[in-house]
Amino acid sequence: MSETSPAPVVEMRDISISFPGVKALDSVSFRMFPGEVHSLMGENGAGKSTLIKALTGVYPIDSGTIMLAGEPLSVNGPAQAQDAGISTVYQEVNLLSNLSVAENIMLGREPRRFGLIDWAATRRRAAEVLAGLNLDIDPASPLSSHSLAVQQLVAIARAIDIRAKVLILDEPTSSLDADEVAELFRVIRRLKDDGVAILFVSHFLDQVYEIADRLTVLRNGALVGEYRTEEILRIELVHKMIGKDIELLERLETRSKSLDSTDSAGSAPYLTAHEIGRKGSIEPTSLTIQQGEVVGLAGLLGSGRTELARLLTGADRAETGTLTVAGSQRRFRSPRAALKRRIAYSSEDRKREGIVDDLTVRDNIVLALQSDRGWFRPIPKRRRDELATSYISALGIRPADPDALVRNLSGGNQQKVLLARWLAVAPRLLILDEPTRGIDVGAKAEIQRLVANLAEEGMSVVFISAELEEVLRLSHRIAVMRDRRKVADFVNEDVTVGEIMTLIASGSEDDTDAVATTVGAGA
Amino acid sequence: MSGAQVGGRQGLASRALHSRLFWPIVTLLALFALNVIVSPSFLAIRVHDGHLFGSLIDILRNGAPTLLVALGMTVVIATRGIDLSVGAVVAIAGALACTIIADSPDPGSVATVVTAVAVALGFSLLLGAWNGLLVAALGIQPIIATLILMTAGRGIAMLITEGQIITVSSPAYKVIGGGYWLGLPASIIIAGGMFIVAALLTRRTALGLLIESVGINPAASRLAGVRSRSITWTVYVFSGLCAGVAGLMISSNVTAADANNAGLWIEMDAILAVVIGGTSLMGGRYSLTGTLVGAFIIQTLTTTVYTVGIAPEITLVFKALVVIAVCLLQSPAMRERMRRRARATTPATAKAVAS
Repeated sequence: MSETSPAPVVEMRDISISFPGVKALDSVSFRMFPGEVHSLMGENGAGKSTLIKALTGVYPIDSGTIMLAGEPLSVNGPAQAQDAGISTVYQEVNLLSNLSVAENIMLGREPRRFGLIDWAATRRRAAEVLAGLNLDIDPASPLSSHSLAVQQLVAIARAIDIRAKVLILDEPTSSLDADEVAELFRVIRRLKDDGVAILFVSHFLDQVYEIADRLTVLRNGALVGEYRTEEILRIELVHKMIGKDIELLERLETRSKSLDSTDSAGSAPYLTAHEIGRKGSIEPTSLTIQQGEVVGLAGLLGSGRTELARLLTGADRAETGTLTVAGSQRRFRSPRAALKRRIAYSSEDRKREGIVDDLTVRDNIVLALQSDRGWFRPIPKRRRDELATSYISALGIRPADPDALVRNLSGGNQQKVLLARWLAVAPRLLILDEPTRGIDVGAKAEIQRLVANLAEEGMSVVFISAELEEVLRLSHRIAVMRDRRKVADFVNEDVTVGEIMTLIASGSEDDTDAVATTVGAGA
Repeated sequence: MSGAQVGGRQGLASRALHSRLFWPIVTLLALFALNVIVSPSFLAIRVHDGHLFGSLIDILRNGAPTLLVALGMTVVIATRGIDLSVGAVVAIAGALACTIIADSPDPGSVATVVTAVAVALGFSLLLGAWNGLLVAALGIQPIIATLILMTAGRGIAMLITEGQIITVSSPAYKVIGGGYWLGLPASIIIAGGMFIVAALLTRRTALGLLIESVGINPAASRLAGVRSRSITWTVYVFSGLCAGVAGLMISSNVTAADANNAGLWIEMDAILAVVIGGTSLMGGRYSLTGTLVGAFIIQTLTTTVYTVGIAPEITLVFKALVVIAVCLLQSPAMRERMRRRARATTPATAKAVAS
């Protein structure tokens, strides 16, 4: 694993992949050496999963070359990639939970005798592989009887038995607790010692720094660089992932702050969350939102920023803690319950959880209001038309046609339609999760202006964005999330992007406290 | 001819071509034409004793049960579901009503018939609610959930009839499936009435919007506060009710309840009618009018087989061919292909128009 190490096992050169309208990968090079853990870093849309899919043959590449162990690799789909020695374990374990552990490990490669499966030998082989991983489980037990962590290890066992040269672990730890992660890392280290090259994708910086030898950073489909983990500071890594030059950011921050945070200081809290949490999603976290206040949630993807929003709005049920809304304690069992209390949540996943793509702009705008009224009290046709036309002109939705199907609108216009849907229910608290992602600059500015105006009119807003400048520009107060917990919460006065980045990146609890204190003192 | 006129005509033609009802209606008209060629009196409607008679009236009357079942199926499919149990519900409703009438001292009285109908429909609602419970509350896949009642339901019907074919002689009951109101077969009026009620209920309230919303994107609908559970439940209850009415109609028409054969395979005809009518099995946007046309196509096909004199052994093949043709014409992939072909020829046409 030194610099003089032998030829790389995987070498991808100048890989480009385009989808209609998007350049998903632009001349990206990537290499992996045997016996190393290599981490692929980048924010949403950076091209991580596209690169993995290029390597495993899921996506055909437009240009570039892929070499595996010195031979040109041309695979057509994951099965061929597996035959070539590249095994992938996905976030959602792709095994058959109703079959036994042994069957899952040996599926498709069962030892045969007289043309029939030799079950005894199958179980024996599986047991050997499991023993190699120090996993003490019965190969004959059904997979579904084990925890997700064990299932993940079984998936890895399967990859080992295939004698993979390259093992791709895509977000393997996102649903594991600390002990389970430790167990997984033990197995990863073992495999590394055996000379397997491991591609480890995770949003948890702590874990990356613990296990990875080398990092490759991607941003917007382009290669930022390849680094040895011990040679790059966390703060540098975060900069590279988010992609702003730190000096430039500091300069941005010197602009005058137009936000008046004293306004909200005196008013009553609209929502108070006390230690709300959910296993595998977010650690118990507290947050207070004043009336007319914009609270920015900063943090990387997977830091808990979306998870917290989902607990506040009933999109997911909180398992611990209490929620107080406008003075009375509430338990939101569904988004509907939260909407009844005038709390609306606009999901980060516009396609899957936002627009209803086969319905018209008008129907999408009135949907939440209509479901609040119930089906037997339809909004009169004239009122629906009024709502649609007024929001279309207020938000500048294009095409300005209430009868257009939402699927035919651009991303920015779809986002505006969603905003209109939530504004139509006149929320007291609006939680916007990445409302400006993937939309053009003009629409972005319009949405930011709208958020500021809404807060001025007394609406509370939680604003979640990966773009820190945007969070800084809009928020009265900022809560920073990292590794599924809130690590800082402060008034947005004289705070710089650099300071927030430090909070996002800092490694241990102690560091965090130190920085939080610094920021607190600065504010 | 001026260019504007050509453009206008093309606009109208392309709008008609893009309508989801275009190919189903063309198919229906083609089937009518085929029938007229073979038997020129096909379209004739005679008045006899103040009642209307004729092949078209027969198609409407015989197609009424399928249309009813297909109505319920349409809204179920719109929510991404399916209801395989409708045939069994048809059998149960008929068995219940006929058993009650046959067991009563006065089978001919209106009171008896009303009681029988009320009990049968009440039980059908209950069966629909059972399906809804499995799908909406317990989260069982619709195809499995309704398969339970599809198989068990015939058994329930057998239990009710004690394994016999129950024949009834009740003029009042006979009206539902075989009688006439205002010169039209009562079954046509009942089915038409249910169609209008369903259309008003879904399109004049917000129910249709919410059903489509749940069918297109359940996750987004949930975040928008749509009560997807109760909506899903409602559509299965409605489907049960439709099947119940169809069951009364079928048993009344033959004045007998046959637990084994009443409504056999009607779920297939209903699903076909929905699909032919342009509602996608993937859920979402639905068309009750499309289902109406689809149900007529299926019934006309059956009639055509007799009038044209297609040999019984290839009847099903003939039906299958027509259904495949309609489905192909409607499939997005096929339309895309045709559009591409049209585009390949358009430049030449455009040039011709310009010059």
